[in-house]
Amino acid sequence: MSDFEELYQEIILEHNRFPRGAAILDHVPESARLENPTCGDSIKVEVSPSPDGSSLSIRFESRGCAISRASASLMTQAVEGLGPREARALALSFIDALRGEAPLEKLDAMGDLVAFKGTAKFPARVKCATLAWHALLEALAVLPDGVE
Amino acid sequence: MGLAAGGLGRSSYGERLRGDFPILERTVHGQSLAYLDNAATSQKPDSVIEAMSRFYSASNANIHRSVHTLGEEATAAYEEARGKVRRFIGARKDSEIVFTRGTTESINLVASSWGGSRLRGGDAILLTEMEHHSDIVPWQLLAARVGCRVLVSKIERDGSLDLSRIEAEWDSRTRLVAVAQASNVLGTVNDVKALAALAHRRGALILVDAAQSVPHFRVDVGDLDCDFLAFSGHKAYGPMGIGVLYGREPLLEEMPPWMGGGDMIRSVSFELSTWNDLPWKFEAGTPNVAGAIGLGSALDYLEALGWDALVSRESALSAHALDRLSAVEGLVLYGSSPRRCPVFSFNLGSVHAHDVAQYLDRQGIAVRAGHHCAQPLMRALAIPAAVRASLAFYNTEAEIDRLAAALVGAARFYA
Repeated sequence: MSDFEELYQEIILEHNRFPRGAAILDHVPESARLENPTCGDSIKVEVSPSPDGSSLSIRFESRGCAISRASASLMTQAVEGLGPREARALALSFIDALRGEAPLEKLDAMGDLVAFKGTAKFPARVKCATLAWHALLEALAVLPDGVE
Repeated sequence: MGLAAGGLGRSSYGERLRGDFPILERTVHGQSLAYLDNAATSQKPDSVIEAMSRFYSASNANIHRSVHTLGEEATAAYEEARGKVRRFIGARKDSEIVFTRGTTESINLVASSWGGSRLRGGDAILLTEMEHHSDIVPWQLLAARVGCRVLVSKIERDGSLDLSRIEAEWDSRTRLVAVAQASNVLGTVNDVKALAALAHRRGALILVDAAQSVPHFRVDVGDLDCDFLAFSGHKAYGPMGIGVLYGREPLLEEMPPWMGGGDMIRSVSFELSTWNDLPWKFEAGTPNVAGAIGLGSALDYLEALGWDALVSRESALSAHALDRLSAVEGLVLYGSSPRRCPVFSFNLGSVHAHDVAQYLDRQGIAVRAGHHCAQPLMRALAIPAAVRASLAFYNTEAEIDRLAAALVGAARFYA
């Protein structure tokens, strides 16, 4: 596989075409929108805890490139049903691996997210793949007290 | 140099000139490079690279302060480059040519020195919606400092300016119009000569951002009757890190220095320092001597090429690009002003600009994707980003055909 084919693996193209967890989030305040000013990508992420607070439901609304949209879509699949603490740990691990602050091989244990291994070879695109995850971290940070 | 001696022979003309640009021989991802990102920076001919190399290998010394031979040679070469710039843009005196790092620094110089000393609260600077960030942010910084206002003239649907509307909406406290001669996104060429006349009728000055126009056609400050004009060397086949501010001498005379340091002073004491003559008053510290020499060499190259030949070649390329791009299904082109330079910004259906650019890169085609340092314009066009293919005389019809074919491929790939 060429670097380009690794970047745009079929699973990424497929999630770009048919994003999972995509929704219209007009009720989420604009202040929660995260933007990548260099390319105009923007995203809102909404996490809704279950009544007992033990698991999350997640949706996103985004405008952006194939990498950023596929990343948001695959993120909702990976995070749906996790607890807030696990979701936060996953986001941090994903971001660290892509930014080279942890071994890239960590992605091997993250299911379909392994598809983003190819993104690390394109430093300019790493921010596309991590935008949704940063938005997730911000959404988790403002969950009401008592939800952990 | 493989200069076409007055010949306008179609694509063979471009092919011959390509030999002057060593980088065009390289390959990218196994394909020959199609460099279509000239509005970001142009490539450099051998003659420019050699002129700079010759300076460092034979004459390198600091300028304006050494009596030794190398110092004399370096000073002479630097000032000779200034003379080339003066002739190139039709200025009257060398004292009106200030070397800067580039267009951005030139505009900041005017905002800081002229704006900072002349403007008062309530005065206004008039910009247009198509300005590059470098012709927006310096004025915002100035506004925060002196309390002036930054006004913006909207663009028409075709990406042009309506001068009668600008005149109708004129604010009586407008002191300066700061406008791009050519848009780095839309390709629109603005009638800055008419705008200068309008500004002067209303008692305002005009600053022309010529970063995107100088590489494409003759720009003459006398003909335009502009007060300030800024451009960068690196977009006009010269090196990075050197640029020019032209200013009318009486204006520059009255403006205070904006940076202090060596070379810009006549005398320094702890009680009082006095300033050097123009243009050195505005050139504090050791300047980019090699850059100025490289720029002088680039202007020599353009002069030898001849504007008639260059403009005719680029017009042919433009027509070909418009023809091929408009045939790509789903492609939306931004800017359709008949007066244009060979800069084409577009989107391909719903495919994001960065995905398009990445696909093109794999085919060896270099374009730019993003907001092009023109976020207000992107907002006016209601798009987050665009792909931009920008041409130079050394591009070929074959490269444009490759671009069009690759765009069709990209649309299919991401569909």
